[in-house]
Amino acid sequence: MAVLIVNGTREEIDIDPSTPLLWALREKLALTGTKFGCGIAQCGACTVHVDGKPIRSCSTPISAVEGKNITTIEGLAPSSEELHPLQSAWIEHQVPQCGYCQSGQLMSAAALLASNPNPSDADIDSAMRGNICRCGMYGRIRQAIKSTAAYYEVASTSESTDQALEVSGE
Amino acid sequence: MNKWTRRAFLSTGVIAGTGLVVGISIRPGNRAQGLNELMAGENETLVHAYIKIDADNVVTAIIPHSEMGQGIHTSLAQMVADELDADWDLVRAEEAPALDEYANYAVGKGFLMPGAKFPDIIVPSIDGALMQIADVLNLQITGGSGSIRFTGELGSRIAGAATRQLLVQAAAEAWQVPVGEIETVKSHLIHRASSRNEPYAAFAAAAATMTPSYTPKLKRQDQFKIMGQHVQRFDIPSKVDGTAQFALDVRLPDMLYATITRSPVFGGTLVSTKDEAARAISGVVDVIELPPIESDDMVGGFSAGGSVAVLADGYWPAIQGLKALEIEWDSAGNESVSSDKIFAQFDADISAAQERKTDSSIGDADSVFDSAANIISADYRVPYLAHTCMEPLNATAEVKDGRCEIWIGCQNPLGFRQAVADALKIDAEKVTLHNQFMGGGFGRKARPDYAIQAALVAQHAGRPVQLIWSREEDIRQDFYRPAVQSRFRAALDNDGNPIAWENTYVDKHEPIEAPLIPYAIPSQNIGYVASPTHVPFGAWRSVDHSQHGFFTESFIDEVAVAAGKDPYAYRASLLSNHPRHLAVLERVATEAQWDRPLAEGRGRGISLQESFGTLVAQVVEVTIVDGDMSVDRVVAVIDAGFAISPDGITAQVESAIIYGLTAALYGEITIENGAVMQSNFHDYEAVRMDKAPTIETHIINSGHAMGGAGEPGTPGIAPALANAVFDATGIRVRNLPLNQFNLRFGVEDTGLAG
Repeated sequence: MAVLIVNGTREEIDIDPSTPLLWALREKLALTGTKFGCGIAQCGACTVHVDGKPIRSCSTPISAVEGKNITTIEGLAPSSEELHPLQSAWIEHQVPQCGYCQSGQLMSAAALLASNPNPSDADIDSAMRGNICRCGMYGRIRQAIKSTAAYYEVASTSESTDQALEVSGE
Repeated sequence: MNKWTRRAFLSTGVIAGTGLVVGISIRPGNRAQGLNELMAGENETLVHAYIKIDADNVVTAIIPHSEMGQGIHTSLAQMVADELDADWDLVRAEEAPALDEYANYAVGKGFLMPGAKFPDIIVPSIDGALMQIADVLNLQITGGSGSIRFTGELGSRIAGAATRQLLVQAAAEAWQVPVGEIETVKSHLIHRASSRNEPYAAFAAAAATMTPSYTPKLKRQDQFKIMGQHVQRFDIPSKVDGTAQFALDVRLPDMLYATITRSPVFGGTLVSTKDEAARAISGVVDVIELPPIESDDMVGGFSAGGSVAVLADGYWPAIQGLKALEIEWDSAGNESVSSDKIFAQFDADISAAQERKTDSSIGDADSVFDSAANIISADYRVPYLAHTCMEPLNATAEVKDGRCEIWIGCQNPLGFRQAVADALKIDAEKVTLHNQFMGGGFGRKARPDYAIQAALVAQHAGRPVQLIWSREEDIRQDFYRPAVQSRFRAALDNDGNPIAWENTYVDKHEPIEAPLIPYAIPSQNIGYVASPTHVPFGAWRSVDHSQHGFFTESFIDEVAVAAGKDPYAYRASLLSNHPRHLAVLERVATEAQWDRPLAEGRGRGISLQESFGTLVAQVVEVTIVDGDMSVDRVVAVIDAGFAISPDGITAQVESAIIYGLTAALYGEITIENGAVMQSNFHDYEAVRMDKAPTIETHIINSGHAMGGAGEPGTPGIAPALANAVFDATGIRVRNLPLNQFNLRFGVEDTGLAG
């Protein structure tokens, strides 16, 4: 028996704790948005967040993540009525083709922007190079990340402008 | 060796066609008996085999093609909707089921009689005959870049226009007004004189009782309202939130999981299996030995060796069980075959030229070579390639009470249904196939081996089973893009003009025109010799164009260099008889600023390729510093006649280029001891974010006959890249992949393909 906290819900699962997290999500919890691509942490299709950090669930045993906060693609949007800004950007830029790798791409991109709201091209290369897209939509993924970062920047600029005014007023 | 190739379909189809023109009862567009009950949901009316209209005036276009990311569900819906004058906001798409009524007669027609025009009066007979051929051949194929140019042009548009006529007819009868006074605007029928305005839904039931025309009047290009517009793809929202259902996501009550391995040496049979350790693993339910399998399907025919499957309550115990098996295989005499030996065989067979067959012979090349002063020659090679779709092969099946139900992502649902039925020795009508979104296809998912395996395992298990291949199995049991060697000679006159072109390569598949060149060279002799190997081969995005594009567009570059001419200008000078080709080439040179000088260490290469009725020209720019290459920029120009979905075609070009770039940079399946050496993405690499170039795509709507879009971007990237490497370094790349070359010292590594 293993206890997992997935998308804010506590789940008790009857499974060998050495099993990779991917198979608990897909086969025990029916959270099939997270994909199997290679099984050896080489393609990124299985990327989820553990305490906000991106990990490859195909190569992470359940025992390593028990009690931690796991977020899958099904839990990326803030609510069922609202998309994550990256998901909106993915639609705006018509990013997916076959779509199979895109859950992993989105989870890697979301983790990048959470820690680095204004990533450079080199930052994007480094954060996203673990996610293969055989349809080759890298250009669109990059554009979608940048447009989301710009959206964050506009949102945060208004805050920082307020701060800047306070600073200059001193 | 594969029993069937795609050529088998062409010749067999033609023969069958002559005998079937008379006596046709089912014709495309007719609603066969019972189809309405199968297709129409609550409040829906099946007005045409390809079109439903519901009570809320929503039009559903029925799409007889598989969605693997090419956006075909949306593009074909655009073609239906435009001819129907539908309100795009109220248009949906639904994939056609694997039923005979949805066989791709239009794809058959496109391949068998390209460009043929028939008097309207015999069109129904011709189409009816093709419908029967497609039915007999179980043809429901998504491939050959044919969905829009064949099904769209010869099926979806006709369905839309014919249905519009029926709705107008129904309204005219109800309103007692002439049909000519009725307009159709955004899914409404309007009679201005009497101020009538009714939604299509009001007349759907009446229209559904009438017989649709096979020859309705179609719109001219300047009348298009939805075709040619950028629309959002229907399938994308579900692909950003994890809800899109792929075959691997199917969940059935009481379902078990299985994984499988086939003889590592192709064609081998099973001798013995020691499975005690596997059965001892918690969760493992059974170990199942399967005999060799085969299919004689016209498109996806194959034969494959025996296999062993492990059945368990999850994939993880199944794969642990598989690793714990000790299996002895009989390698059928192929255990000493290697890539080195295969290429040595190719070289010897080309040199011997026994039973050489000719693709094209113009002038007298032999005598030109005998007297020419300036001759250049070169041998090119490409290795085997795997497809590596992101979604590993899988299928979920249940076999019960003499019936089989199967959930799968595939490129030929009718062909797969027949292959499964044959394997289970039941009628095809007893097999229900549910096709799902495919996580990549690229030609691999036209072969039904994984469907047959899933059905046999499920039959043995007696309950639903999801069979999942490991990535290792996916790479080692593919139907590979063939390895090929191609030998060239060219003769030049004193001004550097090419006067003869000779090319001999091994093994011919599809499309037959792939090795031909558009350039005005007065003497040409292009042909091939057979050099069979035991490695199974199949269609790989752009099929034979993927290798011949690299060969011919690299060698013409060598000829230009030998002539002391600019590679772009040299090509252009040889295209006076091909103004459409020339326009595409000139546009790419302009967009890429071909004449702009590049800095030290940078290089630029060009290519031009016609495939699947479409022209693509590419310019690639690279930077090579201390031997490290970066592919900076690709400029592509595509002329597919007319772009139904401009953003869709742009995305296809981007995708095709990255797919071809992966092959050019890294792609190599090597054979040792009769088996594949590579196993996963660490040793069979793919282009990733940090290596992906900027791609700029420009579309020419020339108005020529519609061409394909999914594949034509792939062949030209490898030669344009290799030509750019030559421009930057002086190293001529004649063997792929590029990562075997040391670009620092200009010395070619003598690797397996070297």
